[in-house]
Amino acid sequence: MLDQLPAIIIAVPLIAAAVCAIIRNETICWLIALVVAFVSFVGSATMLGQVQQYGEDISYKLGGWAPPAGIEYKVDLLAGYVLVLVSLIATAVLIYGRQSVKVEIKKSMQGWYYTMYLLCMCGLLGIVITGDAFNAFVFMEISSLSMYTLIALGKDRRAVAAAYQYLILGTIGATMYVIGVGLLFTLTGTLNLADLAVRLGPMLDTPAAIAGMAFIIVGLSLKIALFPLHLWLPNAYAFAPSAVTAFLAATATKVSIYLLMRYLYTVFGFGFAIEQTPIPEVVMVLSLLAIFAGSFTAIFQENVKRMLAYSSVAQIGYITLGIALANATGLTGSLVHIFNHAVMKGALFMLVGGIAMQIGTVRLSDMAGAGKAMPLTMFGFVLGGFSMLGVPGTVGFVSKWYLAMGALENGWWWVVALLMLSSLLVLVYMGRVIEVAFFRERPADAVPLKEAPKSMIMTAWVFILACVYLGFDTSFTVGVAEQAVNVLLGGAQ
Amino acid sequence: MEGLNELAFVLGGVNHWITVFLIMAGLYIIVSRSNMIKKLVGLSIFQTSVYLLYVSPGKIIGGTAPIIIANAPDQMYSNPLPHVLILTAIVVGVATLALGLALVVRINEAYGSIEEDEVYSGEDWN
Repeated sequence: MLDQLPAIIIAVPLIAAAVCAIIRNETICWLIALVVAFVSFVGSATMLGQVQQYGEDISYKLGGWAPPAGIEYKVDLLAGYVLVLVSLIATAVLIYGRQSVKVEIKKSMQGWYYTMYLLCMCGLLGIVITGDAFNAFVFMEISSLSMYTLIALGKDRRAVAAAYQYLILGTIGATMYVIGVGLLFTLTGTLNLADLAVRLGPMLDTPAAIAGMAFIIVGLSLKIALFPLHLWLPNAYAFAPSAVTAFLAATATKVSIYLLMRYLYTVFGFGFAIEQTPIPEVVMVLSLLAIFAGSFTAIFQENVKRMLAYSSVAQIGYITLGIALANATGLTGSLVHIFNHAVMKGALFMLVGGIAMQIGTVRLSDMAGAGKAMPLTMFGFVLGGFSMLGVPGTVGFVSKWYLAMGALENGWWWVVALLMLSSLLVLVYMGRVIEVAFFRERPADAVPLKEAPKSMIMTAWVFILACVYLGFDTSFTVGVAEQAVNVLLGGAQ
Repeated sequence: MEGLNELAFVLGGVNHWITVFLIMAGLYIIVSRSNMIKKLVGLSIFQTSVYLLYVSPGKIIGGTAPIIIANAPDQMYSNPLPHVLILTAIVVGVATLALGLALVVRINEAYGSIEEDEVYSGEDWN
């Protein structure tokens, strides 16, 4: 049974999605989804534990066909870390989202919502676990197609337009990725990532390999929403149902970043992709632009969900900055921030979902005086905001600390200065919300407010508390991330 | 001789030229058209380029289906893997197109238009 875990965490959500599509009863579908997500979480955590304990990667031969001919599922520390993150968020958002889904999504669509949710989770987990380049594309499309559907379920008509925009850009990204894989496949005759790395070694500076690499990196950057390829993200996050936004913001882009790291550090290899091409420089400039453009645009948003979405663009910049720093400390910062950003942005979007449910909109002007009526929600928002800012004692500080140390190792003190400066922008946009919620009176004619349902507040608060807890006890995030960085840099240094 | 070499380069890689043409044509349609259905057509052409990219190098002239025959072990055969991969990619392409069209139907119901200029510019996104 334990040997089959890699297949179970992928197959069970896939089958459960089909079952949900047949049943389509909200309660039953929700229960199935919750159980399945939890099973995936337990499975992922078990595998991560095994890898940590025995220090040996789990390799699963799908259908009994040995790699490199067969498809291989591979769990090492890095994959295990991301698997745990995705399945954990998926489970939490299911607990959180039920009340929100009941309000925001039409009754006839709720069963379909859970179907798509499971498919999306299956796709995301699949991208992480597979060791096969083309299989990763298939999972990428499974998750993307279900994501477009989930976004289009938003009750605002702008949700459909945003989903269409995302569909066009997302498909261009995935197709670019598959063109790149095609070039590498023609060159080497293999699709297994580990085998690809070996066979590609002597051919790396051929035009075909470089073209393949360029296609893969650009395609994945579109999926990551790396500035300036982020145009689909703000609208998609702003108008999707609240639960969907919380899930996507915490997981979708992170999984693509994981795949990019795999290609840069394992397939093309540190010695080539990082040391002999201008990729680190390009990614660094784009990351810094993302941080400043994203944060700066966030300041001027009237829609709080859209504001947080632009802030996500900036936070993705921090993660890719760690990739560009290309030293162990910077990469650790990057991996830690993948987890930390998922926790804090997940929490913030969950709280905003509660606000959307009670007030009916997420416009800043409608939130005047919400601090008094919804103290738990708004206080959580303040703590989440501190975390985004990087106040010591929160998760945001931990990841920024590692990124700053990584930059100093390279002697790039000006990057550290820019990191500090960017935190000021975070202060401005989070401060705006706090100012409106706490220091303005609620207009007398506005509808009376109360807290969101307990299940929503409590899940969000678990994450908010995790922001603080993981800010003090970094043994899980930093501990695993440091080991995972060794996996990435293993062959190179 | 120079000319002949160039001719060989152009004609020898004719499948790649077509692939490149399809990629560029698809992307150009996506960027230049405002009509959402036409954009999806462009997207489909763009995806079609991938099919050619994968399948054409898999074909060997004179190669047969990859069946091992006892009496003739040295049969030359075409690589079947690209075909299988592209079958999957075609399915993905069909699913994407279907979803895209479904979204356009919904956009038409909500906005009364499928022209991107009208849908996006008439809307307050903030």
